[in-house]
Amino acid sequence: MNDDIRTILAEHGRLAADPKTLADDADLYNAGLTSHASVNLMLALEDKFNVEFPERMLKRKSFESIASIRTCLEELTGAAK
Amino acid sequence: MSELTELAHRIGKEVIGPDAIDVDKHARFPKASIDALRKAKLLSAYVPKELGGMGVSIRDLTEICHVLGQYCSSSAMVYAMHQIQVVCIVRHGLESPAMREYLKNLVEHQYLIASVTSEVGVGGDVRSSLCALEDAGDRFKVEKNASVVSYGAEADALLLTARRTKDAPPNDQVLVLLEKKDTTMEKRGEWDTLGMRGTCSMPFLVSGTAKKDHILPLPYSEIASRTMVPFSHLVWTSLWSGIATDALRRARIFVQTEARKKLGTVPPGAIRLAEVNSMHQSLRAVIEDAIAEYERVKDNDDLLSSVRYTVRMNNLKVSVSQHIVQMVNHAMMICGIWGYKNDSKFSLGRHLRDVHGAGVMVNNDRLLGTNASLLLVHKEET
Repeated sequence: MNDDIRTILAEHGRLAADPKTLADDADLYNAGLTSHASVNLMLALEDKFNVEFPERMLKRKSFESIASIRTCLEELTGAAK
Repeated sequence: MSELTELAHRIGKEVIGPDAIDVDKHARFPKASIDALRKAKLLSAYVPKELGGMGVSIRDLTEICHVLGQYCSSSAMVYAMHQIQVVCIVRHGLESPAMREYLKNLVEHQYLIASVTSEVGVGGDVRSSLCALEDAGDRFKVEKNASVVSYGAEADALLLTARRTKDAPPNDQVLVLLEKKDTTMEKRGEWDTLGMRGTCSMPFLVSGTAKKDHILPLPYSEIASRTMVPFSHLVWTSLWSGIATDALRRARIFVQTEARKKLGTVPPGAIRLAEVNSMHQSLRAVIEDAIAEYERVKDNDDLLSSVRYTVRMNNLKVSVSQHIVQMVNHAMMICGIWGYKNDSKFSLGRHLRDVHGAGVMVNNDRLLGTNASLLLVHKEET
């Protein structure tokens, strides 16, 4: 799942660094993730994983690292099963 | 009416109101107004009591802004923008001994702080910077080509955004306090605008240096979402609604004077006055609701950074700035030629010009664009 997240980050995150070189817990906002890019990131993740981020997840913390994104996605895909 | 609003009204009646026409006419800084607010120690109103301030609430500040807006929009805007800087320092700098010391000095000397968030070359996006802090031992140096610094020439200090280091990405910003004595400001243009003429918001090339303890510890992105953005929208909408309050007052006096002249008939403007009165009630309620909400959630960082809250605050700014234009237009229709004339006590020209600034300052279309983008992922509350 982390690889998928990194691929989507590379396509839509418009980060200053290559997502492949980022640690799972690296701060994506410090790496250059803007709020505009984070919307595209959310849309791409929703599409790829066939989920919908509920309102409670639409906050800064949910998208601050690859690990936090995975936590959200695991909760959502787990609930879908 | 609280003691604070009474005080603000008194300064408004005695100093700010009488100077407003001249400030507007000559696009000059409202020095007498700000000095009167200094004398009443209102520049440090939000500084906690333990540091010598009044320790007033966010709500108190918005009420003062609503009052000042009724006398002179420019003075009210200068006061509001200064408070935004003070509130950022108080809310995010109290653990720093240097900031506490600065706040004590601010109380004593009633320093005026200007904001330097805009920059030439970032396309109006204050959440990214080109300029960066440069390391200089226990100090830093920074040079910023700022597109707009309201009352920059008159301020005693600047709160400026910059990238943390020269290698940091554009959005890795910090907020730094520069004192005028360590700063040079080269004016790069003029401020000759339709309205809000006394804010003197000229472009400046700012170069300054300060000790590293003048860098606020929290990243700017968080200061912005927790404090600067929501609080700005609260004080701005409060002072803008003050312009509408005064326009409504002029229209109301006009209609009542007519009614006294022709007892037994309802003056033609009365129906429209009823309409503006209802708009004003809604306007104030929307702002009140947002103030109460912010006071409730101001320490809930998660909520303040949420899509929902961002959308709501943008909506507040857009909707208030649109409604006040409509309200002043209505007041103009009610007062007719007496509202249209510049030399009448019902004159509404300055109000009309000033309220048009509200939609342009942090352009409504930019905010609607942000909301349009956020609404692609937003889910309504159920």
